[in-house]
Amino acid sequence: MCLAVPAKVLEVDPTRLRARVDYLGSQTVVGIALVGGVQTGQFVLVHVGEAVQVMDEEQARDGLALWREWLDDSEPAGLP
Amino acid sequence: MRIMLSHGDGGSLTHELVAQVFRPVFGDELLEEQGDAAVVPSPSGHLAISTDSFVVQPLEFPGGDIGTLAVAGTVNDLAVSGAVPEYLSVAFVLEEGLEMALLRRIAASLARTAAAAGVRVVAGDTKVVERGKGDGIYVTTTGVGRVPEPGRLGFHRIQPGDHVVVSGGLAEHAVAVLCERAGIRFDPPLRSDCRPLNRMIQDLLAQFRGVRFLRDPTRGGVATTLKEVTLGTGLDIQIEEGRLPVRPEVGGALELLGMEPWYLANEGKVLIVVAPEEAGDVTAFLREYPGQELAAEIGRVSAGHGDLWLKTPYGGRRSLGMLSGAPLPRIC
Amino acid sequence: MVSPCGGSGLTTVNLLAYRDPELFARLLRRIIPALEEQVQKLGRRVRIMEVCGTHTVSFSRTGVRQVLADFVELISGPGCPVCVTDQSDIDHMIAYAKRPGTVVATFGDMMQVPGSAASLRRQRAEGADVRVVYSPSQAVDLALENPQKQVVLLGVGFETTAPGVALSLKRAARDGVRNYFVYSVHKLTPPALKALVEDPDHRLDGFLLPGHVSAIIGRRGWTLLELLNQPAVIGGFEPLDLVVSVYRLVQEMKRPVRLVVNNYGRVVREDGNPAAQRLLEETFEAAPARWRGFGMLPQSGLEISETYRAFDARVALPVDRPVTKAVRGCRCGEVVKGKETPLQCRLFGTACTPERPLGPCMVSDEGTCSIYYQYERSHHRDRREEPHEDYALARGWRQPDA
Repeated sequence: MCLAVPAKVLEVDPTRLRARVDYLGSQTVVGIALVGGVQTGQFVLVHVGEAVQVMDEEQARDGLALWREWLDDSEPAGLP
Repeated sequence: MRIMLSHGDGGSLTHELVAQVFRPVFGDELLEEQGDAAVVPSPSGHLAISTDSFVVQPLEFPGGDIGTLAVAGTVNDLAVSGAVPEYLSVAFVLEEGLEMALLRRIAASLARTAAAAGVRVVAGDTKVVERGKGDGIYVTTTGVGRVPEPGRLGFHRIQPGDHVVVSGGLAEHAVAVLCERAGIRFDPPLRSDCRPLNRMIQDLLAQFRGVRFLRDPTRGGVATTLKEVTLGTGLDIQIEEGRLPVRPEVGGALELLGMEPWYLANEGKVLIVVAPEEAGDVTAFLREYPGQELAAEIGRVSAGHGDLWLKTPYGGRRSLGMLSGAPLPRIC
Repeated sequence: MVSPCGGSGLTTVNLLAYRDPELFARLLRRIIPALEEQVQKLGRRVRIMEVCGTHTVSFSRTGVRQVLADFVELISGPGCPVCVTDQSDIDHMIAYAKRPGTVVATFGDMMQVPGSAASLRRQRAEGADVRVVYSPSQAVDLALENPQKQVVLLGVGFETTAPGVALSLKRAARDGVRNYFVYSVHKLTPPALKALVEDPDHRLDGFLLPGHVSAIIGRRGWTLLELLNQPAVIGGFEPLDLVVSVYRLVQEMKRPVRLVVNNYGRVVREDGNPAAQRLLEETFEAAPARWRGFGMLPQSGLEISETYRAFDARVALPVDRPVTKAVRGCRCGEVVKGKETPLQCRLFGTACTPERPLGPCMVSDEGTCSIYYQYERSHHRDRREEPHEDYALARGWRQPDA
């Protein structure tokens, strides 16, 4: 229903509320009015030219790590 | 200075336009003769003739313009038919009010591309239509080439077990044009792959007897072209999503636009169906050519019912049809 | 698709790792027994509604739908914005294209949607000024570039899209752009799910909730599903997200008391995006809205608020109410409610195809009919060709029973 893609923030223009971002090697400019305080190096989720959320890299890594752990466990258990 | 209707009326302004804009860049002795038709020596044997009209918007885009496209499109159509392109005729339809400077740029790039391909522009025409009746410039090119070995390539040569190779990264032309059209600016801009491939294809055919079929996957992309092959032969082709070459920056733009690379146009790539024993060497050979660094084996031909299959990296596979409707950037 | 160039060094765990085919295969092997167990318990496949059209596309595009097909029946929900837009609204929006001096700015999704008489694409061919934009701010730019014309943005979309449109309204107000207007048919997702759950005929075992809507409204935005004790999981869109979300949803079904599970923590917070929520409250107000298939649903649409009324196309640029005709036989209304599949529609694939769509579900790339046409028509034949009844077994993910 809403196509949105993660992009890495390369440069923030706090006065115009815009940021230069990178999608897998393509750079473009998006609005950041909805994600106040976003910083260079963070990832944002972009929809219709606006960053709609700052992505939580820790969560992203932990999410994967949990699944891997779950797979590596010999004893089957529910996902946490 | 801008194009006026009288630039197309055949009078003095038309002559001025030809003398000042076209002749300096094309400069072929046959054009210089200014006859009503170009008279060229005929090789013995078979000729291939191909014609195509170009209406691309915008007229200039990163990596090319309507001039490069008009040469590449027709030259590549000849080359994939197994022909050696030799002559081009070029017809311009100009819209009143067109910037003369833009026309000069496009004529120059058309001439440059033809020269690089080793093809002579030997005939031409210019007409002007009223403002609002065209999109700046339309170009039609007709190409003539000689066919050293008629019947060497074709659907009839394709066999189960053959491999499918694509000469480089997918969707580069479509993405360049779509981003320009949608007002999405990338930095650096995504460049069209638009280029003539005739020299590469000639070398390929000279070196590999196992090449059975060639086609340039332009509008509709690799999927539509391969679907034409499966329908034309009654064989199945399965391509693997994980093997389809896409430049990362193009992949990023495609995610953003919500589009699939296999349905998008290429203007400087060729699809090759080749005997299995030569597929690896063909791929390595192609990678030596500029713009073809990502050449890859993407699939195989098998006995079947004329279906094209896409195998995903996750265990599923799905049938691909031809592209339906023009691709538009979407938000959902 | 692969990126043989090796990537830019900026790719990360956020995206590509969630596409790892090897990890996917391992997870799938581990998850299938749990799915099987539930199938045995129910005596049929598990029925899951993926509310979001982008989920529908992801399941089909990645082949995960097919991989899970022996255990899970995926039912597409009301999450494709053009599909749930009522025919009278579509006709209304198309009517702006005929209005003299008007530029219609639209997302690409709307171009081919058939109105009762014509589509935007057809109108453009007949001379109307219709521009495809990628972002609402481009529509404001169009207004600035064409001061003598009225620019109308067709505001279609859910909670994720509406904030971008809200920003365009604020910018137009701040910069005094007087020729920019929005025709808002923005919709809110939770009321539609409430209507589905409260329908006594519903036959759904659980909901896969839209990740990007949830990025705005937060896990908290779905409390009504908890009150109704519905199994529900918020999920992302990559292959690993899909398969793990389905697993967690099935686990949730087994519990007597269900919580809305957030399986998209890298994007979705408990409270969503409060700045976006405040912006929506400032620029829009919730109002009753007519949905295709559902009819009127209370507090399910976003109307432009009093403060921004000057930019509301309905108020500032009224057009004559167009005549709306229903397409006879079109089942889009039932399809968006998940009550029927496109295969049950007599028009599907014959009179109604992506080239000549009759209903909106065939137009949008994420419309259920379009997806069935593109991806699923061959499915039955595909499975017949594979002489194995059990897909997981055939693929070697599961050992044959002794």
